[in-house]
Amino acid sequence: MRYVVKRLLQAIPIVLAIVVLNFFLLQLAEGDAVDVLAGEAGSATPEYMAELRAKFGLDKPLPVQLAVYLKNVVMFDLGYSFRHDMPVSQLILDRLVPTLLLMVATITLAVGFGILLGLVAAMGLNTWRDTAISIFALITYATPLFWVGLMLIVVFSLNLRWFPTSGMENFAMFYEGWDRVKDIAHHLVLPTVTLSLFYLALYTRLMRASMLEQAGQDYVTTARAKGVTENRIMFVHVLRNALLPVVTMAGVQVGALIGGSVIVESVFAWPGLGMLAFEALFSRDLNLLLGIFLLSALLVVAVNLVVDIIYSSLDPRIEVN
Amino acid sequence: MTRLLDITDLHVALPPESQRPYAVEALNLHLEPNEILCVVGESGSGKSLTARAVMGLLPKPRVRIAKGSVNFLGEDLAKVSEERLRAIRGSQISMIFQEPMTALNPVMTIGTQIDEVFRFHEKMPGRERRARALQLLTDVQLPDPEQTLKAYPHELSGGQRQRAMIAMALALDPKILIADEPTTALDVTTQAQVLKLIKQMQASHGTGVLFITHDFGVVADIADRVAVMQNGLLVETGTTDQVLRRPEHPYTKALIGAVPDLVPRAARPRSGATVLRVKNLQKTYRSGGGLFGGKGRVVHAANDVTFDLARGETLGIVGESGSGKSTVARCIVRLNDAEAGEILLGDTDLRPLGRAAMRPHRSKIQMVFQDPFASLNPRTRIGKIIAQGPMMYGASADEAKRKTNELLEIVGLDARAYDRFPHEFSGGQRQRIGIARALALEPQILVADEPVSALDVSIQAQILRLLDEIRDRMNLSMVFITHDLRVAAQVCDRIAVMQRGKVVEIGPTATMFSDPKQPYTQELLAAVPGKDWFSAEDMARVHAT
Repeated sequence: MRYVVKRLLQAIPIVLAIVVLNFFLLQLAEGDAVDVLAGEAGSATPEYMAELRAKFGLDKPLPVQLAVYLKNVVMFDLGYSFRHDMPVSQLILDRLVPTLLLMVATITLAVGFGILLGLVAAMGLNTWRDTAISIFALITYATPLFWVGLMLIVVFSLNLRWFPTSGMENFAMFYEGWDRVKDIAHHLVLPTVTLSLFYLALYTRLMRASMLEQAGQDYVTTARAKGVTENRIMFVHVLRNALLPVVTMAGVQVGALIGGSVIVESVFAWPGLGMLAFEALFSRDLNLLLGIFLLSALLVVAVNLVVDIIYSSLDPRIEVN
Repeated sequence: MTRLLDITDLHVALPPESQRPYAVEALNLHLEPNEILCVVGESGSGKSLTARAVMGLLPKPRVRIAKGSVNFLGEDLAKVSEERLRAIRGSQISMIFQEPMTALNPVMTIGTQIDEVFRFHEKMPGRERRARALQLLTDVQLPDPEQTLKAYPHELSGGQRQRAMIAMALALDPKILIADEPTTALDVTTQAQVLKLIKQMQASHGTGVLFITHDFGVVADIADRVAVMQNGLLVETGTTDQVLRRPEHPYTKALIGAVPDLVPRAARPRSGATVLRVKNLQKTYRSGGGLFGGKGRVVHAANDVTFDLARGETLGIVGESGSGKSTVARCIVRLNDAEAGEILLGDTDLRPLGRAAMRPHRSKIQMVFQDPFASLNPRTRIGKIIAQGPMMYGASADEAKRKTNELLEIVGLDARAYDRFPHEFSGGQRQRIGIARALALEPQILVADEPVSALDVSIQAQILRLLDEIRDRMNLSMVFITHDLRVAAQVCDRIAVMQRGKVVEIGPTATMFSDPKQPYTQELLAAVPGKDWFSAEDMARVHAT
């Protein structure tokens, strides 16, 4: 517990540094929200634009803007999105749940099945199972995400009518309680499958290689020399050691998953953070973008902590201290 | 007495693309109850595969028993089912391995790993299994058995891990214990303790032990009978006394002859000129801690190390793992930076010099590394590996090539080696290349860090002879790092004994061996395997025959 608190305290300067860095990074992009607003509305006078800038606080020098933003962030105020006419924090929170839903489902599916397939492939090395799994992994790894998404929609939504084509829930039905959960789960299937296929391939290959490497280690020979059964050797001795690189990889990829889901979110009209970030970027809604970046940073920090804790419980050589 | 194990006409086949068809050929060997049979041989002799064939642990299907039988109390282990083999393994025949670190599962407690032996062979309630495991750990003299049960392998020292392995192997009172180089990875003092333990356990359980080793010292200490193998063939077998004192086969004689004598060779006059003076060298390693404070562990790898080196002299630095001997070597060559002290080469202190200032001095001190496989770039041709040094110091390509060819000849390699890659050479040949590379810069001082410890004993003797020749021929001074007192006795004029970063004793080799002052030096000398057997008179007799 003390370890968790210590790690969280250590995360504060990291997150602040990320905020500052993001702030300057976004300043590098040409144009601001006013340019976009004016461009869309058309026929804006320079005076009107200057007035707008003053209203948004964009006329102040950069360090002042940064100081104001930092002060607000420390007080948990992420600012206001003029584009959406809503506080940034509320916008983000609205989108956070769908994003987490998609992320957790995807990671669980990808890691779970990846481990399983890798295991099966490694245990039947050079048999038809191994070959089939390897080919499957290669194909899914090489196929573009948006294509997979579209094909799944064509096959399972349009032709078979098993799953809805888009969205997160059917608002028109006003479901409540368990019915709503079922409805959301129903909507979740296709986006999750699409997004996890790519990662699934990665974990399958990693797990297979890791299993094979561990199976050649000395301790496996020792276990065999003790008369331990092959099943126990595979599922107890080798499996636990082979999981370590997979867990490391999964931890690194959770961060990438937030950004990587833009395509899937747009194909399935999933109301997630990826789409929100994408829109914010094009409308130069810097406040919103900074908010999303901050949240991503927090997520990555949190996930790293969780991974470290999982890691130390899997591998006693790593001490949580 | 009935034989425990009777190996008849055993052939272990290698995959078709190997250099020879059989790893073990027409082997006849037997093991009596309550005896220790040592199988001795160099790498590639087939000794380890013999052990694995008995256990049914060959890497099938590529390596398999092609012919012959392994008779264990009436059962042919070459033919029984996998199921039956599993039942025998761990309960009737068990095995311990060379690397106690990798041979234990790193993510499982010692207790669980011992428990598996019981679980898979006997039906016993958990409490009884635990009590038995506790008793076993007490028997192998592990401190705090309760705690050890819960410990993970990385929390134990090498010696303790090997004790835990022995406990595991003896859990069900097996009839046969197979030990595959069980002490090779351990320090001498630990090795002596583990050998003693194996002998004790063997005597109290009446186990037959098949002990695989390459070290004749260990053989002399532990064996009742000896079998010598070469290239898959059994060349000689007999009682320890017969084989060690009156070897018959020329290969056995050569092997025993190659074991360095523990009696130091005659002292040579020491030249007055000092080339290198090391004064109060300090080097500490810190681990843990980090950006946000916290206390790390501090290890004094070199603590106030002082010695000097005369022209033409070989100074041995001996010690066990973690004594700091390699750190000192690396500091002298400036691969590591010492924090304090002086490294005086002539009148220049090398320690504080920066990269550029160090450059003109680099060529004067050169290093030969331990691992002949890892220390040569696998993608560079031998000629380039050796010629690179002189060319960096301004030699023309032709000049460097001429010099390289000359050096190849000096270290006893064919000139054709010039255009080959490292993987085409054996370990001994690679070490010769490493030496040629170091000599290419015409150093005054050669620092050799365990240059022969990765080599077979017959190759080891050749390399030691080569180093001696070169030293005389080029009037080199040498700092020779080793853990092996036998080797030190044969090459060093003076010896510094290190323990936990400190030089505990330093003096002429002969004095160190005949009259060690410090208890630690005495302990090290007492732990050398086979020290009683290989007296000067024994060796003389072997050499005479």
